Amino acid sequence: MAETLKKRHSIPRIELANITKQYPGCLANDNVSLTLMPGEIHALLGENGAGKSTLVKTIYGVVSPDSGDIIWDGKAVSIKSPSKARELGIGMVFQHFSLFETLTVSQNIELCLTPLQLTKIGNLASSITALSEKYGLNVDPDSYVHSLSIGERQRVEIMRCLVQSVKLLILDEPTSVLTPQEVSGLFQVLRTLAQEGCSILFISHKLHEVTEVCQQATILRAGKVIDTCEPAKETPASIAKMMVGELAEQDAGYSKKEGLHTVFSMTSLNLATKHPFGTSLKDISFELKAGEILGIAGVAGNGQDELMAIISGEDERNTGAALALEKQSIGQLSAAQRRKLGMAYVPEERLGRGAVPDMSLTENTLLTHSQGFIKSGIVQWKPLTDYAKKLIAQYKVKCHGEFSEAKSLSGGNLQKFIMGREIGQNPKVLVCAHPTWGVDVGAALAIHQALLRLRDQGAAILLVSEDIDELFLLADRMAAVCDGHLSPVVKTLDTSIDEIGQWMAGTFIHSPSHHSEETTA
Amino acid sequence: MIRIQARTEPSSLMKLASPLIAILCTLIFGCILFSALDKNPFQALHVLLIAPLSDIYNVGEMLVKMGPLLLCAVGLSLCYRANMWNIGAEGQLLAGALGGSVVALTFIDSESVLVLPCTLVAGIVSGMLWSAVPTYLKLRFNSNLILTTIMFNYIGLYLLIWAVNGPLRDPDGYGFPESALFSDATILPTLVEGSRIHLGILLAIIAAFIGWFILAKTHLGFQIRVFGADEPAAKYAGFNSKKLSWFVMLFSGALAGLAGVSEVTGPIGQLVPNISPGYGYSAIIVAYLGRLHPLGAIVAAVFLAVLYMGGDLAQIEMGIPIAVVGMFQGVLLFFLLACDFFIRNRLIFNKPITH
Repeated sequence: MAETLKKRHSIPRIELANITKQYPGCLANDNVSLTLMPGEIHALLGENGAGKSTLVKTIYGVVSPDSGDIIWDGKAVSIKSPSKARELGIGMVFQHFSLFETLTVSQNIELCLTPLQLTKIGNLASSITALSEKYGLNVDPDSYVHSLSIGERQRVEIMRCLVQSVKLLILDEPTSVLTPQEVSGLFQVLRTLAQEGCSILFISHKLHEVTEVCQQATILRAGKVIDTCEPAKETPASIAKMMVGELAEQDAGYSKKEGLHTVFSMTSLNLATKHPFGTSLKDISFELKAGEILGIAGVAGNGQDELMAIISGEDERNTGAALALEKQSIGQLSAAQRRKLGMAYVPEERLGRGAVPDMSLTENTLLTHSQGFIKSGIVQWKPLTDYAKKLIAQYKVKCHGEFSEAKSLSGGNLQKFIMGREIGQNPKVLVCAHPTWGVDVGAALAIHQALLRLRDQGAAILLVSEDIDELFLLADRMAAVCDGHLSPVVKTLDTSIDEIGQWMAGTFIHSPSHHSEETTA
Repeated sequence: MIRIQARTEPSSLMKLASPLIAILCTLIFGCILFSALDKNPFQALHVLLIAPLSDIYNVGEMLVKMGPLLLCAVGLSLCYRANMWNIGAEGQLLAGALGGSVVALTFIDSESVLVLPCTLVAGIVSGMLWSAVPTYLKLRFNSNLILTTIMFNYIGLYLLIWAVNGPLRDPDGYGFPESALFSDATILPTLVEGSRIHLGILLAIIAAFIGWFILAKTHLGFQIRVFGADEPAAKYAGFNSKKLSWFVMLFSGALAGLAGVSEVTGPIGQLVPNISPGYGYSAIIVAYLGRLHPLGAIVAAVFLAVLYMGGDLAQIEMGIPIAVVGMFQGVLLFFLLACDFFIRNRLIFNKPITH
């Protein structure tokens, strides 16, 4: 490649030498070194907690390293703040966007420019339009941010970096919020940028994306650089092996099951949002059958949280007969009453919702599993403790013991515990949100297998996830949400990532064939 | 520049030691204060803290002050565990005293053994009523509980003053703002001959054990603890937050009401305007000093009661103003909260990065 030749003769855009950052109780970066040439798209890979975020925050001046050097265009620099980083030409797009919803695109961009930059640019709106055309970003300077989709907002963030003539663009898991179609659009933009000499540092844990777009990859594990590679020469499996360490047992293709009778149903549910920027649910109907996993795909913030809250009863509004469990209306029942009827939930937030951080695992067992452990109002601590011990052993939760506080567990182990606690109640319906988000490969596998076992025992499982690969792996039937609408429900075997991806973008909403109560028989 | 950083693992030893450190800091502060007042600090501290425990009479008087402090503090511990910021124990105590007095004065000529229980129940119910109104306002209109309970302290106080100046004033009392003396049938029995140690003190200790039992052993107590520690988790689990709020507030109101009625039927024996030297407020300090643990509150209540007694003695023996007691309490709470803050956080003095 021409770029590779060019690279050999020029000075690196940025060089990190032996960066070390110690947090209380955690060595986040341990002598990390990394070199990025102009025009290079470089992947930073690693499991959650491997130190990727700390490293890029160091580059962007948010975190100051304890030791180590940063060399920018051949000169040693110390990046004390994000504004210093922007001055050098470093731009960063965070996972969570920092845009004001009530302002327009150009107002948002103007906010982060210095007066000097503004005079240099001149007419901001026309410069945005020009850049937008050049890179195919499709960003209108006058539209309000709250009217934009997540993908568009991300492009606004990228635009914000471009107007500052960025030389190094850092993207923190940019694809996790995008539909598959938006992802390929983003990659096109990144390739164009790279051709013009902009270096790109790309954090991801989706390996097939990395092999597709990145020329170089650095793999972090427990704060250390474990390996570097050229992703094009590797397979996702071989990179995964570098990330995890040993060859982890992989999820194999699981067999799909046909659901039996309907256990839970939602009928024409319309629900206005309680929050100004929440999503209202619009005419949602679906049926959940015993012995199946129904997967709901969707980009975050399209109504998943609202849907979960109204099913669990945490949203206390009475929905009457719109919700039915075994043909009985449950919309008027409280969350606790619904639990008693056999519904269980694994919430998205593990610590702080699914488990009380400062309480022991025994007490956290009692949080939702009280049946059999209360006698005339008195907690039977002894059998409860024994049961908690059993859960810990059965689900291989790594902890000191049943007395360990929930906050002392890693995300994956806590999730296994919560999953075990909910499954242990033999639910008729399990509602499960993002079960493996931020969980290491081994724990994810255990969680997947637990879900499938529960399905095979005849429970109905509603699985909400942003991870489309996970949904295809586990779900027997699938649908997508977009802007509070639910797409038709189809058998996983009859659909494709492409179709679900289009539904995530909302293509089903105005199509005449839309009727979400489609039968799958 | 100084920054504040959360500690990842607060030391559990320090959590228990924090009240002791706070007391030590308060004593050091006291020494400085007394020196500034030209009093011998060691003599002053002796009078303030040791003398109240020196003889059996003083110990008895100390226990008389401990009773209402403990009753209020146990209720407040439960409230604070559930994140219900009830500052209204004082008003609930006064309401209890007033309600109990109404019954006691109505049956002033009765010899029945039922009069005392009725009086106590009236006091308890009045205290519950006094906490029920702010609770209702909070749950129905989302009003600020701290503000409404404080307001109800004043309403309670002036209602009581009005009552002793009006309908409950002793007709034979030469116009003094006091009720008639209660009949013997409505006076709490004393437990130790020759002292003023009355049944209310025993009830207070029983209440502390009940409070501990509720928190540690019952499902209700578990729900209270979850609700206070992590409200989203309580909602996720489907706990009834209204029920829990009502329970802790009524429980606290009942105990404070009992404290009030025990004062008027115990050591005082009639309704007077100044039945409480701020027990309901000091109970907030007791609750925190006892780590929001009902049994811890017993030890803390003894300490604050000693301080009350010591304040009286210091005034008599050394001419130290009684306001010193209030100051000691305030400083103690200040140091206690500061200790708790430093258990959870640490200060970081920024040093320049060296390469």
